[in-house]
Parts: sequence; C-alpha cells; structure tokens
Amino acid sequence: MDLQIALLLGQDGITNGAIYALLALALVLVFAVTRVIFIPQGEFVAFGALTLASFQAGKTPGTLWLLIGAGVVVALVDITQALRSGALRRIPRIVGWNLVYPAAAAATVFLLKPGEFPLVGQIVLALVLVVPLGPMMYRLAFQPLAEASVLVLLIVAVAVHLALVGLGLLFFGAEGSRTPSFSDASFNLGLVTVSGQTVWVVSASLLLIVVLFVFFERTIYGKALRATAMNRTGARLMGISTVMAGKLSFLLAALIGAFSGILIAPITTVYYDTGFLIGLKGFVGAIVGGLTSYPVAAAGAILVGLLEAFSSFWASAFKEVIVFTLIIPVLVWRSLTTRHVEEDE
Amino acid sequence: MARRLLLAGFLGLLLISPLVASEFHITLLNYIGLYAIVALGLVLLTGVGGLTSFGQAAFVGLGAYTTAYLSTAQGLPGWASMLGGSPWLGLLAGLLVTGLVAYLLGLLTLRLSGHYLPLGTIAWGISLYFLFGNLEFLGGHTGMSGIPALSLFGVELRDGRKFYYMVWATVLGAVWLTQNLLNSREGRAIRALKGGVVMAEAMGVDTARSKVVIFLIAALFACVSGWLYAHLQRFVNPTPFGLHIGIEYLFMAVVGGAAHVWGALIGAGVITVLKQWLQDWLPKLLGASGNFEMIVFGVMMIFVLQRARDGLWPILTRFVPLSDAKREVPIGDALPKKPVPESGKVLLEARNVFKRFGGLVANNNMCLSVKAGEVMALIGPNGAGKSTMFNCVSGVDSASEGEVLFRGEAVTNLNSRQIARLGMSRTFQHVRLLPTMTVLENVAIGGHLRGSQGVLSAMLHLERGEEARLLAEAARQVERVGLRDSMFDLAGSLALGQQRTLEIARALCADPCLLLLDEPAAGLRYMEKQALAELLRKLRGEGMGILLVEHDMDFVMGLADRVVVMEFGEKIAEGLPDEVQRDPVVLEAYLGGVD
Amino acid sequence: MTQVKTVLEVEDLCVSYGKVEALHRVSVKVGEGQIVTVIGPNGAGKTTMLCSIMGLLPHSRGAIRFLGDELGQAEVEQMVALGITLVPESRALFGEMSVGDNLLLGAFMRHRAGHRDHERSMEDVFQIFPRLKERRAQHAGTLSGGERQMLALARALMAKPKLLLLDEPSLGLAPLIVKEIFRVIADLKKRGVSILLVEQNARAALQVADYAYVLETGEVALEGASEQLIDDPKVVESYLGLGGRK
Repeated sequence: MDLQIALLLGQDGITNGAIYALLALALVLVFAVTRVIFIPQGEFVAFGALTLASFQAGKTPGTLWLLIGAGVVVALVDITQALRSGALRRIPRIVGWNLVYPAAAAATVFLLKPGEFPLVGQIVLALVLVVPLGPMMYRLAFQPLAEASVLVLLIVAVAVHLALVGLGLLFFGAEGSRTPSFSDASFNLGLVTVSGQTVWVVSASLLLIVVLFVFFERTIYGKALRATAMNRTGARLMGISTVMAGKLSFLLAALIGAFSGILIAPITTVYYDTGFLIGLKGFVGAIVGGLTSYPVAAAGAILVGLLEAFSSFWASAFKEVIVFTLIIPVLVWRSLTTRHVEEDE
Repeated sequence: MARRLLLAGFLGLLLISPLVASEFHITLLNYIGLYAIVALGLVLLTGVGGLTSFGQAAFVGLGAYTTAYLSTAQGLPGWASMLGGSPWLGLLAGLLVTGLVAYLLGLLTLRLSGHYLPLGTIAWGISLYFLFGNLEFLGGHTGMSGIPALSLFGVELRDGRKFYYMVWATVLGAVWLTQNLLNSREGRAIRALKGGVVMAEAMGVDTARSKVVIFLIAALFACVSGWLYAHLQRFVNPTPFGLHIGIEYLFMAVVGGAAHVWGALIGAGVITVLKQWLQDWLPKLLGASGNFEMIVFGVMMIFVLQRARDGLWPILTRFVPLSDAKREVPIGDALPKKPVPESGKVLLEARNVFKRFGGLVANNNMCLSVKAGEVMALIGPNGAGKSTMFNCVSGVDSASEGEVLFRGEAVTNLNSRQIARLGMSRTFQHVRLLPTMTVLENVAIGGHLRGSQGVLSAMLHLERGEEARLLAEAARQVERVGLRDSMFDLAGSLALGQQRTLEIARALCADPCLLLLDEPAAGLRYMEKQALAELLRKLRGEGMGILLVEHDMDFVMGLADRVVVMEFGEKIAEGLPDEVQRDPVVLEAYLGGVD
Repeated sequence: MTQVKTVLEVEDLCVSYGKVEALHRVSVKVGEGQIVTVIGPNGAGKTTMLCSIMGLLPHSRGAIRFLGDELGQAEVEQMVALGITLVPESRALFGEMSVGDNLLLGAFMRHRAGHRDHERSMEDVFQIFPRLKERRAQHAGTLSGGERQMLALARALMAKPKLLLLDEPSLGLAPLIVKEIFRVIADLKKRGVSILLVEQNARAALQVADYAYVLETGEVALEGASEQLIDDPKVVESYLGLGGRK
C-alpha cells in the first residue's frame, strides 16, 4: 500500500465514519432517554434513501402508505384511550398529527409531482414522510412497555426491525437504488482527489452535530431530554413527561437516520436491508462510548469507518467479520473499565 | 393426573405420527424438533436465567459445519484423519468447538451487565455468518454437499421418516436433562439468576459460574441441533445460520413461554407452522415474492410482549388442573452440621471501621461485637449508616479502613459468598425472594453450600440422595419457623410477615452460627412481631448469635441483650436497652430538634 | 381546623404494594397558606403517601381533592400543571447539569403553558437562596448536601406551586443546615405557599407547622394542632417505642 491508497482509504473511512457517528449519536440519545436499544435505526437509513430514490424515479414511495397506515393505527389507539379517560380535548391534536398530516403529505405527493422538484425539495419531502414514523413507532411499540426491562425493550426493538425490513422489501422490492451525487465537483489536494459528495457528507454531518449540540445545550426541550436521561423521576416531577421525551428522542433518531440515508445514497447502492448493517456499525461506535458518552461514541464510529475501509483493502471478503469482531475487544475493554453495578431487578 | 395423561397422549402421538403422517408433515415435524432443541437452550438462558442471545443460530452453524467438514473432508493431516468420516466424531468435535467458542464468548460478555450480552451476540452472529460464507474450505456461500447419512445400530437414517425418531428422541432427551437440572440444587441457583443475584451470592452461589453454565448448555443444545440438521439435510450453506434465524429462535422461546421447558416446543411448533403457512400465502396475497412472514412475526412479537409477556404456555396450562403430586413433605437423612460455638464466645468483631463514598463518610470509626447466644441490636435514625455497616460486615461491600473479624478470622476483604461459607447468614431489608418458586425451594437455596453435586450429575439425576437430604433439611427449617402450612405455596403469594419469616428460614438452612437480620420487623403487624421475637429468643437459646439492624425501637427493646446506637455514621451510645432508651443523646437523635 | 380554604384534601387513602397495604384509610387536609406536617417513625408510610398524592403511585381506594376538584388517578405531569410540586427525599437533581439549568427545568411546565418569566422567577429564587446564585454555573452534582437540598427546594419554587410537598427535607443534613432549611420553609409560608411537610425530625417539623398528623404503620395514629402535639408524650412513645414497655 502506498500513501496515495492510504489517503484514499482514509477518505472513504472518514466519509462512512461520519455517517456511523451520526447514527451512534442517535443511538446513545434514544438509549439514554428511553432505555431502548434502537435496532430499527438502520431501517430509517434505508427508508430515507429509498424514498428519495423513489421520488427521483418518479414513483410513489411505499413509506407514504406506511405513514398513512401507522397514522390511522395511532389515531385509533389514542382516540380510544382519550375516550376512555374522558380527555376529549386531546382528540383534535391526535387527529391533526395522525390523520390530517399524512393526508396532507399524500396530497403533496400526488398533486405536485415531486419527481420534478429540485433536490432540496425532494429531500425535504422524503424527510416529511419518513421522520414522523419515529414517534409513531414509539407510540405503538414502546410506550406501552415504558416500564419494562432493557431486555424486553431490546427484543421489541429487534421485532420492530424485523417488521420494518419486511415492509421495506414489500415497498421497495429487492433491487437496490443509488441516487445522483449532490455535486459533481471534486477537489484536488496534492496527492488525493476529494469528491464533492465526501465534502457534502462530512460537512452535513458536522453541521447536524453542531445543531444537535445547540439543541441539547441551549434549548429548554433539549435540556428536558437530557434531564430525563439523567433522572427520570426528577424530570417527571418537573412536568417533563416520559412519553413526550420518548417521542421527541425517536423523532430525532428518525431524522438523523433518514438524513444519513439520504447522504449515503449517492455513495453506495442502498437495498431494503442495507440499513441494518450500517446501523449496527453505528452501534459498535456507540458501544465504544458505553452507550452514554456522545463524543466517545462519535470517535468510536469514525474508528469503525476507518477500520472498515482499510480491512476492505487487505481482506475485503472478511470486512464485516473484522468490523463486528472488533466489538469483542471493545466489550472486554468496557468490562474492565466500567465498575460493574449489579443489576438486580 | 390430568397432566400425566396429556403427556402420555403427547408421547403417543409422537410415536405413531410417522406411521400416519404425510412426507410433508414429517419434514415439518423434523424441523420443529430441530428448532425446539435450540429454543430449549434459550428457555434455560433467557426465560430462566434472564440472559438473552440472538446468536444461537451461529452455534447451530458451528455444529453443522464441524460435522460437515469432518465427515466430507479429504486428505486431512494425519493426526486429524482419524476424526474424519464418522458423524459421531463430528458430533464430538462440534461439541468441543462450540463449547470452546461459547466458553470464551461467555467469559468475555457475561461479566457485563444486562444489554451488552445480547448486543455481543448480534455482533458475533453476524461475524460467524460472514465467516462461514467466506472460508474456502467450508465451501463459501455455495456451501458443502455430500454429507453422509447417520447410521444407528446398522440402520442408515436416509429418509425423513427414519430420521424423525432420532430428532424427537433428542428433543425429549434434552427436555429431560433440562427439567432435571432445573429441579436440583444447581437449578435453583440458576433460577435465582433472574432477579436474585445479590441474594444468591449471599447464600454462597457463584452466580457468574451459573451464568457461564447455562450459556454453555444453550450453545451445546444449538450445536446438537446443527449436527442433526447437517445429517438430515446432507447439505449445509450459511443461510440458516444467519442473524435473522437467530432472532427467530428467540421468538420461538418467547412466544412459547420463555420460562417453561414445554414452551420451547410450543413456540417452535407455532412459529414453524405459521412460517410455512405465511410463506405460502403472503406472496400470493401481496403479489410479490420475499420473506414477508417477517412482518407478521415482528408485529406478533410486539403484541405478545405487550399483552402476554409470559408466552403461550402459561395460557394453555390454565385449562389443565394442577396436580397435587408434589405436596409431600420431603424426608431424608440429616445433613452434617458445623459445631456450635460455645455461648458467650465472640463471633463477630468490627474494629474501627471506616467507609467512605467519595467525600462522604458513611461509617466513621465504628466498632461493635456480637457473641454467640446473644441478640445485639444496631439502631439509629434513617440515614445513620446502619445499612452501610451491615454491608461491610456481610461482604456485600468492603470497608475503606479498619478490620472485621469473624470467629477470629479477618473477613474484611472477603465477598459475601466467602463469608457465607464461614457460617454467617443474613436476611434482607427489602425481602429478596424468588416469587415464582415454592417456599420450600426458596429455603433450599439457603442450603446451597451444604451440597456439592454439580451440573452434570443434576442433569442425569445422579444426585437424588443429596437432593433429598437438602430438601428434607429445608423442610425442617420451614417447620422450625412455623411455615409448615405454606411449604408448597409460591413465595410470592405469602404476606409480608411470612415472607420475612421465610427469609429467616432460608438463612437458617445454611447452618449458620451468626444470623444477620436487616430490619426483620419492618412492616409487620403486632402479632407477627410477637411471633418473630419468640422465634429469635428460641434461636438465641440454642446458642445462635444474632445481629439485628432495626428501626422499630419497641421490637428491639424487648429482645436485645445489648444495643449500639448510630447517628451520622458514628456510634453515639452502647449498652443495655434500658440505659440506651433513657440516654438524652439518643432521644435527641431520634426526635431531632433545631435548638 | 380554622376557617381557611382547603387546598388539598386526602380522604380514606389506601395504597398497596402487591398484597401489602402500606397506607390504610389515611385522611389529611392542607389549608391555604398553611404548613401541615406528617411525622412518624420510619416505615410508617409517609413517603408512600406523598408519592400517591403526586400520582407516582396508584391508590387502591380513597379520594384526593385539589382546590375542591376530585383528581382520580392523575398523572404526575397533570399534577405539576395544576400547581403541585414534590421535592422527593432523594432530591432527584440533574447532577450533570448546572444549577442554572436545574432551575430552568423547574419552570418547564410553565414554559410549556406559555409563560416566559423564568428569568424573573430565578431572581426571586436567588433572593431566598443567595448561595445558589454564586453557584449558578456549577454542576448540581458537585454541591454539598445542604446546597443540594436548597437547589431542590429552589427548583420546585421555579414552578410557582400552589402546594409544595416536601419529603424529609432535613434528612442527612447537619444541624446548622437543618435550621436554615426550616427557616426557609417558614419563610415560604409567609409568601403564601401551602406546604405538606413529611419529616422524621419531629421537633423541628412541629415548630414550623400549623397542624400535624402522626402516621404509624400506615394509619393516622394522632392528629392535632402542632403546639398541642409538641408536648404530647404519645409522640415520644411512637418514636422510641416506649409504648410497648410500661
């Protein structure tokens, strides 16, 4: 290997690593706030990318049907509950978010021909369709189990993942899609040429990280989420409801996931089940951070990206084996550094 | 009786079905059997032990690939060639390889709490899957064919109908082994893993070892299933060993009823039949081909966990009346007892114990001693540091400074398991029982250290003599504390007072010379307190030393021989109950005041 | 009781943990601008009562009325929105956040309701607890025990509650700090906050309270005006267990 190849691989690694870092942040967030190990994160990646690809191919993305279907179910469940507890004033809100919003999204898709939108418009519309699935998923799958153990929540997360992969296959078929690059520019930096898409991915990731940082450090809702993660009872006593915090964190995770998918769609061909492996690589990063530390998780994720890039050069058939075996020494290291607190519930 | 009839009916059906069923149904039953073996391991691991693995399919793969390789490989090096050819050696080698891999993985991930293990299993599940698919000598993604059929007593098991008996004999064997294990001393230790780790350690159970044991058993069951699969199918490729199949195995265990041995069979049956049916119908319904049964399984799983977390088995058993077979008080010879120290001899001595948490000093220069045949009470207002002291003495925590001696031996840095072995036994402030086990079984956990038979002899039921003695001893202790009438009730169904008494019986079952009681009277009614005091007086009369941590002054004053009062981590008074009660410093500590 | 408006009325409250009944038909009343204390030995059910009023624990029987309205099994968030705030025994601070952020979150419910006056409330709170102002940027986890209790109280005040539920505010604190905490509690009463105070420190609680209940094994054993109870030998008995030994 010479320096030029090393730089090229490094560039690859950092591009993927930036995506993994975003996903790792979302995983840490969701786990801290809801104790859910968010296995379905990868499906948001795939849904984001494939929804955008559908627009570009002039097709109606299946995620629209999922949004409408999930909205109807959530509305049914919530309205039943509101009627039972006599909280009628909640109903307009429930109808608005779960029925009117998806209907409006459907109207946009059918009446306005998103295939002719500029790229930014298509991206926004893809996010509009995919992101609300996050809080809806929380409502249907996780909210009824908010008091369950981490283990039960994990099994539910795996079940949700399985269902979504199946739906992804149904909606988008078994063929993969690749979207055109955001930019065709490339920059010559001496030994190595940096592609425009790489610059896009890295800078968009950085921007999103900064936005998240500002959200958590400067806004009262961001602080409320952190408070829930630190002390659930304390947060409830301030009036920060666990349900609101859960939905908000799932919303953010879905946003991060779908956006990551849109960022990588021009780099790799995305299939209905691609998201899972991408999400898991974010996981390896998140575990490096012990599922608690944001910066360490992000650094771990970049490391995973680099490891993947370099092992694909040396032993490309064993790329996945190497990346996922990395988790073992990481777990050992964590087991030696974290003081083991007996979990006895 | 009803259950026996059902079991006999089930076995009869199993026996005759190859004679009547179609080829298709035999194949289906064979697969149900293969899956049930894996799910059974998960029942032990997840339902009973509270650990979860999504990676069982990888262990199945290890079993299948080991035998596939060894029974087809040509030109093995000399030392290994004798292994080649025979499926039985393939089984042995598979068990060895799987055992080794599982042991290493378990050693690495079981130390970590809760969710790291399942995450680890996801990762290695994927790793092994890709490894199977990328190793040339294992045939890559195309797999390996030409695996020989099994021969048993000269009969070659070439078709599914013949293989059927092999599969189901293995299933029933695995069920028998698992049930034997669960109904033994080791089994009780395993059942304590879910929600009773602290308690079990205090009773001398090495819980880390128990975790590794069930992890190994689950992996070995998976390996056996893989071995059978390879010789049934006579062909292996990586597909059936991927992560999604690993997830399906877990679903089988959860849907069937993860805490019940028969739940594994129900789960394997339901999921396999449903999968077959959905794979036929869904593509027609949806007009596309693919594994759409995943959607149904995912949704079904969410629904099961939200609405019936214990799975189908408990729902089914509701329709069958409980049998009363196991209601006889166990009889057996006495277990050997430790010599009782003579009355008045110092048993426990804490010298200048300090305990710091960061900057906070929870125990400041604490000294106390307990003699054989006396009740010593440690009292003080809330937050005075009594529990911390209690933990330092019992080995749950260790003192930052100072010395704790038990029967003249330094125990300052021993853990609770080692201290239990020396003859100190305890109860807990917040009752720590296993609510789904009977009173008798809960008490028998206390006698863990008085037995020595291991996992293997338990699985093969070679330890029945010792088991009878242990249960008889537990029964004696249950009677001693006056719980005879509820001996076979579930511990969770008892009232709080009885639960506290049960904790004392459990502690007594360890044959201790010193009993540590953490607020035994909290939450008890007047009559219950009287009965408890009576019991403790009786024990004191028999030469037992008792250290009592209590808030209830009333209870303490009528019972204790000596009292130590703590406040702000320090000893503020010591003496006879009457002296302490009149002490103005104590009065101040209890009632508080601002001036 | 005197003719003041009743803020909180708890009637025949029963709470069970599984088969164990922790509270049995407990009735307690708090009048507007009053400090009412519930004292009693450990394990009597005092914390259970507060948690149940706040909606953290469901009750099996009985009624809870706030300003005359029956609440049923309300959620914690609803109670906060109504103007009830609980300072739990554990303080439940956000340890890795600054004192200022902890206080800000105290006003979370008001923020959601559209009030944007947290700066002013914070200044008010700093007047009561000047020490917190100095420590505004410090992490809550680094505060001393007394400061933590003050922050917990201050954070609760940020919600401008009509009724404050305090669980053992003096627990684990040195006598001098206890004195200051009780000074603040007496001060809050002057500002018109109604307070239900649960305490083990019976003497201090009785000195600041208007009315008191003694809770013993889940039932109200004794009640009366504080000045009457303060010298009642039965209180001493209940604590020191002298009752059982004549």
